[in-house]
Amino acid sequence: MTSAPVATRDLSIPSPGDITRPALAGEKETMVLNMGPHHPSTHGVLRLVVELDGETVVNVAPDVGFLHTGIEKSMESKTYQKSLVMTDRTDYLAPLSNNLCYVLAVEKLLNCEIPPRATAARVLLVELQRISSHLVWLGTHALDLAAMSVFLYGFREREQILDIFELVSGARMMTSYFRVGGLAYDLPAEFPATVQAFLDIIDGRIDEYEDLLTHNPLWLERTKGIGILDAEAAVAFGVTGPGLRAAGISWDLRKDMPYCDYDSYDFAVPIAQNGDTYDRYLVRMAEMRQSARICRQALQRLHDLGPGPYVTTDRKIAPPPKSEITHSMESLIHHFKLWTEGFKPPRGDAFVAIESPRGELATYIVSDGSPKPYRVHMRTPSFVNLQALPYMARGYLVADLVALTASMDPVLGEVDR
Amino acid sequence: MENASVAERLRAALPHAVIASHEHRGDLSIVVQPEALIDVARFLRDEPELRYNFLENLCGVDYLGRDPRFEVVYHLLSFSNHHRICLKVGLPEADPTVDSLTGLWPTANWQEREAYDLFGIIFRGHPSLERILMPDDWEGHPLRKDVPLGYEEVAFTFNQEQIDAHKPYAQE
Repeated sequence: MTSAPVATRDLSIPSPGDITRPALAGEKETMVLNMGPHHPSTHGVLRLVVELDGETVVNVAPDVGFLHTGIEKSMESKTYQKSLVMTDRTDYLAPLSNNLCYVLAVEKLLNCEIPPRATAARVLLVELQRISSHLVWLGTHALDLAAMSVFLYGFREREQILDIFELVSGARMMTSYFRVGGLAYDLPAEFPATVQAFLDIIDGRIDEYEDLLTHNPLWLERTKGIGILDAEAAVAFGVTGPGLRAAGISWDLRKDMPYCDYDSYDFAVPIAQNGDTYDRYLVRMAEMRQSARICRQALQRLHDLGPGPYVTTDRKIAPPPKSEITHSMESLIHHFKLWTEGFKPPRGDAFVAIESPRGELATYIVSDGSPKPYRVHMRTPSFVNLQALPYMARGYLVADLVALTASMDPVLGEVDR
Repeated sequence: MENASVAERLRAALPHAVIASHEHRGDLSIVVQPEALIDVARFLRDEPELRYNFLENLCGVDYLGRDPRFEVVYHLLSFSNHHRICLKVGLPEADPTVDSLTGLWPTANWQEREAYDLFGIIFRGHPSLERILMPDDWEGHPLRKDVPLGYEEVAFTFNQEQIDAHKPYAQE
């Protein structure tokens, strides 16, 4: 399918007021349908004001902010260590990715070294996180299009990943496991075997999901050619992640601007050409397989590295282990200073971007030299990606709107912050 | 792409636009004149060797007590050169107005609305500069440093009416 050049297409992003205003004389009478904020297929508290001509979407205005909790403001009044727990609560389907982005930014401010064991563990866990996040997307996307069994199977595997997170951090969802300087605790002894058991089954399970959907005529009917987002418009709207790659642009920060030693892992960046809902589905499915591939290499790397420090030995940044505190006065002072006052990064700002499951997640931190961040801004992929929704939805049916919204995989906690 | 050469090229092309440029932890930031922002952004986007084709991030910062008080921070990304550049414009407290980048990148739309909502920065030429995260009837701009963190009283059935009486909408 060929599309018109950007200049002749409607790139405007309407607000609800543009749609709910009464029709002017001579304008065609249309119907306004309010979808959400409590509608199951908006995947959270997203309100869509849809202008309809019959069953065809004339225009749609996303209305966000229902979940705004002032996370950026709250972080300004907490120390750097305490702000970390706020990041879990933005993208609640990928808390470890948020943790990673935040700690990388603080580490950049501090200019501190991370032990290789911690870096390998971080890579392993965020890739597991990517699989688990994509499984929720897959399950809910399929559920929206009435394919219920995929949801049940997908959540079965996700549960296994959450068990791994619980094993390492004690929490299934709000992990806060990555800390400035490394990890919160060392990986437990049963960690490699548990991850290996999961990695042994996941490829076969992805095959099962694909058996259910990839060549399913109903699935193809509902997703092929629906919600096309071409490359030019994707870049214009700032869309990143699977939405951008499905439009044919091979842009993945893990490959193109590597962090956490991603350049030393062997993996491919799946892309597709049409930019429709089906292609976004294919890209995410292929991404899960690539993530599993990275996980295997990271697990091997952890094995090769053997036991070692899991957090920086700089006591001005990470607290000393409990065993040291009981017999070293200096350690006790470090412990006390860190948990009462915190560390003070030098003045300056830092910007770090990582590839989260939904696209480019970035953190911008300004330090004024005090133990609390002066300003934290999170550039969240869901918020930016959602702007492309009106462009993608115009001209399709209401039922397609459900499909293409799900294929953008917005997480409203991250949109509203 | 080297940080120094990008700054050099920008200075050569638009000598009056650049106020300062510095590097921190390997990242290049350039402070530009607010009036020249559009020209700088267009030059960086369209210059064949630079091609910063992607507006990655846009946010406001409030440096209360400093002049200019507000700063808008833009991060541009070049897909072809794998390079990132940060632009900063300082805006005075009396008139925090800057040109909108929505004409160059539609993605600036919501990000500028967010900066307007949270900091009160006015983006000249924005198609619909409305609040996006806060409720429409909210007073003030919450991420400004002179706005206290504040707490919202939790409403139960027994105190709902007392809380409602203090709300802005009660006066209407």
